[in-house]
Amino acid sequence: MSQVPLERKVLKENDLIAAQLRERFRLHGTLCLNLVSSPGSGKTTLLERTLASMAPTERVAVLTGDIQTENDARRLARYGFPVKQITTGGTCHLDARMIERHLAGWDLSRIELLFIENVGNLVCPSSYDLGEAAKIVLLSTTEGDDKPLKYPSIFFKSELMVITKIDLLPYVPFNIGAAEDNARLVHPEIEIVRTSSVTSHALARWLAWLERRRQQFRATHDTAMV
Amino acid sequence: MHEIGIANSILDAVRSEAARYPQARPRRISVRIGELAAIDPDALAFCFTALTRDTGLESLKLVIERCPRRHRCPACCAEFDVAGYDFRCPQCGAENTEFLSGDQLELASMEVEEDEPGTA
Repeated sequence: MSQVPLERKVLKENDLIAAQLRERFRLHGTLCLNLVSSPGSGKTTLLERTLASMAPTERVAVLTGDIQTENDARRLARYGFPVKQITTGGTCHLDARMIERHLAGWDLSRIELLFIENVGNLVCPSSYDLGEAAKIVLLSTTEGDDKPLKYPSIFFKSELMVITKIDLLPYVPFNIGAAEDNARLVHPEIEIVRTSSVTSHALARWLAWLERRRQQFRATHDTAMV
Repeated sequence: MHEIGIANSILDAVRSEAARYPQARPRRISVRIGELAAIDPDALAFCFTALTRDTGLESLKLVIERCPRRHRCPACCAEFDVAGYDFRCPQCGAENTEFLSGDQLELASMEVEEDEPGTA
């Protein structure tokens, strides 16, 4: 018997494509955000409200992933920005190759903000780098406040946790303080935004975070281009 | 849920690596899986067995090394395993320790057995 050292990542092929995508995003000044959550926590609705709040001149685009149907792309396309559906046909997550393939035909230099809506799933999307600048995990108040402890990987890898549906807090047993404590246990530096897609003042918190993040990205991009 | 895809990626790596050793057969593939990798080792082992059936790689053994979350203390440089989300440094008690590892999904090594001369 002889031993052959390998010392490489299992998902090397995916990570290589993700690194190429990240470089393209950087060159074109495209901020790419990868939204991950369980099914039904409000990713599409939050994106709808986000697109609705934007001026028609904004350079925003969305890639939205699902196992089946074009429903989400139809919902999101109503706001006048470029939207493409990625139907995985059974795969429980998006991978970098799917992103690369679906970006074909889009001029990235005309996209300043690219949302990727991942397949609803708190487990598998955490393993696949899509070249994004940040992963954002959504947790809705109709779920358990211990989700960060049950699914630590995605909360650990996300820059921001968005708590959605806070308008429902009076009606559900969700302890928002406990949810935030649990997320910080797994990932002490995680940022947290409490929002709701049906109340405008709560939505404003998410939009404010997004604007800050875009400014921060533009600042680094402009410095890098000088 | 995605362990079948991960198992497939491991097997792809074994095949491409084994092609470099035509006079030997892969016997054992070792992988490292961190507790933050979102991979269930039992599900991975199950998928691996299912995927190797009737492929000539049935005797290939998957060895999974599970890796705990490790932190490093910037104050005293101690490195330690984290248990139960207690990130405090066990050596000096500092609170703000840094993540070191624990999200591995890596191929460590492969063992190959050389064919006896004349049997290939």
